[in-house]
Amino acid sequence: MLESQALAADKTGTTKVNDFVIRFANVNGTGSASANFLFTKAIFRMGVPVTPKNIFPSNIQGLPTWYEVRVNENGWLGRREGVDFMVCMNPQSMHQDVACVKPGGYFLYDSSKHLHDEFIREDITYFGIPLMDMSNAAFTDPRQRQLFKNVIYVGALSALLNIEFTALENVLQSQFKGKEKLISPNIKALQMGVDYVKEHFEFPLNMRVERRDLVKDSIMIDGNTACGIGAVYGGATVCAWYPITPSTSTPEAFNEYASKFRIDPITGKKNYAFVQAEDELSAIGMAIGAGWNGARSFTATSGPGVSLMNEFLGLAYFAEIPVVLIDIQRTGPSTGMPTRTQQSDVMEAAYASHGDTKHIVLFPSTPKECFDFTAESFDLAEQLQTPILLLSDLDLGMNDHMSEPLKWDDNRTFKRGKVLSAQDLEKIENFGRYLDVDGDGIPYRTYPGTHPTKGSYFTRGTSKNEYAKYTEDSDSYKKNMDRLLVKFNTAKEMVPAPHFYQDEKKSATAIVFYGTSIYAAEEAMHILQKQGMVMDAMRIKSFPFSKSVEEFVNSHDKIYVVEQNRDAQLRSLMMIEMGINPNKLIPVLNYNGMPITADDIISQIK
Amino acid sequence: MTFYKPSFRHPELPKNKLGYTSAEYEGVISTLCAGCGHDSISTAIVQACFELDIEPHKVAKLSGIGCSSKTPAYFLSNSHGFNSVHGRMPAVATGANLANKELLYIGVSGDGDSASIGMGQFVHVIRKNLNMVYICMNNGVYGLTKGQDSATADVGSISKAGSVNPYPPIDLASLAIELGASFVAQSFSGDKDQLIPLLKAAINHPGFAFLNVVSPCVTFNNNPGSTKSYQFAREHAACTGRADYVPVMDPITKSYGEGEVTTIELHDGSALQFHKLDNEWNPEDRLSAISALKRAEEKQEVLTGLLYINRNPKELHNILNTSDTPLNRLNEATLCPGNDILQDINEGFR
Ligand SMILES: Cc1ncc(C[n+]2csc(CCOP(=O)(O)OP(=O)(O)O)c2C)c(N)n1
Ligand code: SF4
Ligand SMILES: [Mg+2]
Repeated sequence: MLESQALAADKTGTTKVNDFVIRFANVNGTGSASANFLFTKAIFRMGVPVTPKNIFPSNIQGLPTWYEVRVNENGWLGRREGVDFMVCMNPQSMHQDVACVKPGGYFLYDSSKHLHDEFIREDITYFGIPLMDMSNAAFTDPRQRQLFKNVIYVGALSALLNIEFTALENVLQSQFKGKEKLISPNIKALQMGVDYVKEHFEFPLNMRVERRDLVKDSIMIDGNTACGIGAVYGGATVCAWYPITPSTSTPEAFNEYASKFRIDPITGKKNYAFVQAEDELSAIGMAIGAGWNGARSFTATSGPGVSLMNEFLGLAYFAEIPVVLIDIQRTGPSTGMPTRTQQSDVMEAAYASHGDTKHIVLFPSTPKECFDFTAESFDLAEQLQTPILLLSDLDLGMNDHMSEPLKWDDNRTFKRGKVLSAQDLEKIENFGRYLDVDGDGIPYRTYPGTHPTKGSYFTRGTSKNEYAKYTEDSDSYKKNMDRLLVKFNTAKEMVPAPHFYQDEKKSATAIVFYGTSIYAAEEAMHILQKQGMVMDAMRIKSFPFSKSVEEFVNSHDKIYVVEQNRDAQLRSLMMIEMGINPNKLIPVLNYNGMPITADDIISQIK
Repeated sequence: MTFYKPSFRHPELPKNKLGYTSAEYEGVISTLCAGCGHDSISTAIVQACFELDIEPHKVAKLSGIGCSSKTPAYFLSNSHGFNSVHGRMPAVATGANLANKELLYIGVSGDGDSASIGMGQFVHVIRKNLNMVYICMNNGVYGLTKGQDSATADVGSISKAGSVNPYPPIDLASLAIELGASFVAQSFSGDKDQLIPLLKAAINHPGFAFLNVVSPCVTFNNNPGSTKSYQFAREHAACTGRADYVPVMDPITKSYGEGEVTTIELHDGSALQFHKLDNEWNPEDRLSAISALKRAEEKQEVLTGLLYINRNPKELHNILNTSDTPLNRLNEATLCPGNDILQDINEGFR
């Protein structure tokens, strides 16, 4: 009965070429990830913009996990609510999976077992394919049976959605480079899916993929991998870390690429140190020790780790030690939702640690920026002699995104900041580690071991004078604190500048966003513009705010500030640091753990 | 507190091979209480470095927080120092050492710093076998916060305020041996004849060297009833044997009385020479070292001297297989793979 229903034409009759959302409901740990990736990558190779999101549990095996793919030839690749096509491989989540399909949508399921009446909706189309039975019949190894069930549905989808078989083969070839034996059983499974569709259903559907040339030279990469590569290119030599979702793949990527490109050709030894610390206190402590001693060093963590690192961040701020901290934000507070996304560490990052502290914070929006900002953060840390906090998030870090390709200027040199050599020291009468020689608040430093009698100093978290001598003298303390503010002001024009979406002011109303809200915000702006609402827009890329940020904010009367946290944290920073009237900053928020959507934004603006 | 430090130096102070006098190994004037054990340890460090002809600027001194952790300011003024945060010296030392394997790392900590707040870091820096000298100035009390019991105070030890410590002590030396530390020694701040040779051996040890030094706090824990007082330490120190550090090539001339003389040759040809007092103890056997500590404990004695040594340890840089050139000296030519490789990387993501 169901299949005859499926044979009927699309229930809406509308054609959706290169514009739909398909969601895969799987069980964690059943090997669905590579099959789902194959699906996404084939569409990408057909030149059509596509972005996947993993919606996964904090669990290793057994719980429901979803993979949601948005195909959109206009390049709107933020998350979109509502599922056009559901591939349901998980009986556990069947109820909610049926419910979230949009009217007129499709539902593919494993018909090896009978589908209960309670799951039948009149307004959607069902494709029952006996995936388990087919896989069991074709493969003998239990693990293969499990895995290829997934590949069979990818084959079926390719027929239904008009995905080129050669594109799939193509992806398999690159996926299994060096393991060619694995290609033919995969192709066999794909073909089984295609054949089943040919025999049982009308295809392709109105909802389908058509080849385009819109991807150009883009790559599909996750932000954490891009950060890891950025750290290799930025010259990091010490990485100390402690595992935590969703940051773990950042240091792992660093290690992976460093182990390829940082091996001494003669000795085979490593031009980097990669240390799993006993906790985050130790991880940041090691990074700080290395930074103090002249190595480019970093750690990566997520919210709970940043909380633990606070004391050390205050030390690095006050003692002026370069260090890079990559925070892949997840849903807080406390353990929160470890596998969901958020931008809720903004305040914590800006003012981490007790006492008067302020930090440099960078907000990458794309994998390309993850790479660029990570590499740049090592320059900034050494130039400014202070911690640099790079705030990515789970959505950017752990999901593949279509991105501009990574680029490196081979003439670029590392900016090591104000470091005195032995020769420099010879020429200096009276070295003062915390003297503001140049008036920019940035003092000169020396590496341990530089000169037998000159340039040594004592680094401490206690108060000191300009010559690094311990002091409890109020004036010396205050002078030092004021110099740190001068340095902070210097930083404003050194950090990545904001992006303005217009050359000159077009509206008194503006929208401001940062980080991964870029995808939804740009789409929302586009939709609103079509509806006649014109707004100026600015994407903030860093803290402290530069003069251009301040001018933009001051020249608009009403500013929507888009964020993925409950407390409108960037808005607070804008109020605090630029003295902006709270009434003109209107929060636009999403904090349910899922990436923000254009609809979320539009509904709060109108 | 010592307010006055004579600036007059005898013109004929002996010089070491580098042409430095011991004055060039000193630090700024100590602000610790007069008679504090920690100051004697600083003096011993000065002497050991002077006698070993160590270039002061090739040393990095690191510490946590506490009276003990202030001492790096009081020795080796021509070395870079780093007074970090409470209990976290090991992490900072690990990072610093990873950045530059060519310096000598001397870490100073207290019993509160090591056995309480920093216990995790203490344990893990041992596991990593970081090439450093780790000195715990152990007074059984929190000096800097004015006299609370620490985790190394003995059961029944009476504080100056009169309270009796109810908890068993953490024995840092046994723990270090148990965790695989490659050099473990114990000493007493008042016994510089023993402390200096042990420091020299520790400095020359190519791995993690732990020195637990009983270092009385005259202000808060030197009262009768305290087991970390000068009197108690003098009366209850039982020595594994008088030790002498014999530099490479120096003939062994020291004469001993009766008993067995043992010479332990160190990795670089220098030697530690012992007049062993305990025949069941073998410093190269962990079990026997731990038993010796436990036997002494039963007799209410503090066993001092070298306790355990592994002469060929694998330190962290060997474990991680890092480059011969210190990491902080590598530049973009070595570190940055360049744009061609980046374009290949891009290709893998298409
Ligand atoms: C995070 C933190 N907690 C507490 C303190 C306060 N504090 C300073 S020193 C110290 C104890 C030091 O004891 P110990 O390490 O034995 O050093 P001693 O002064 O006895 O040499 C404490 C608790 C601190 N500085 N930091
Ligand atoms: S309080 Fe105790 S440990 Fe601190 S300086 Fe005085 S004697 Fe030394
Ligand atoms: Mg103490």
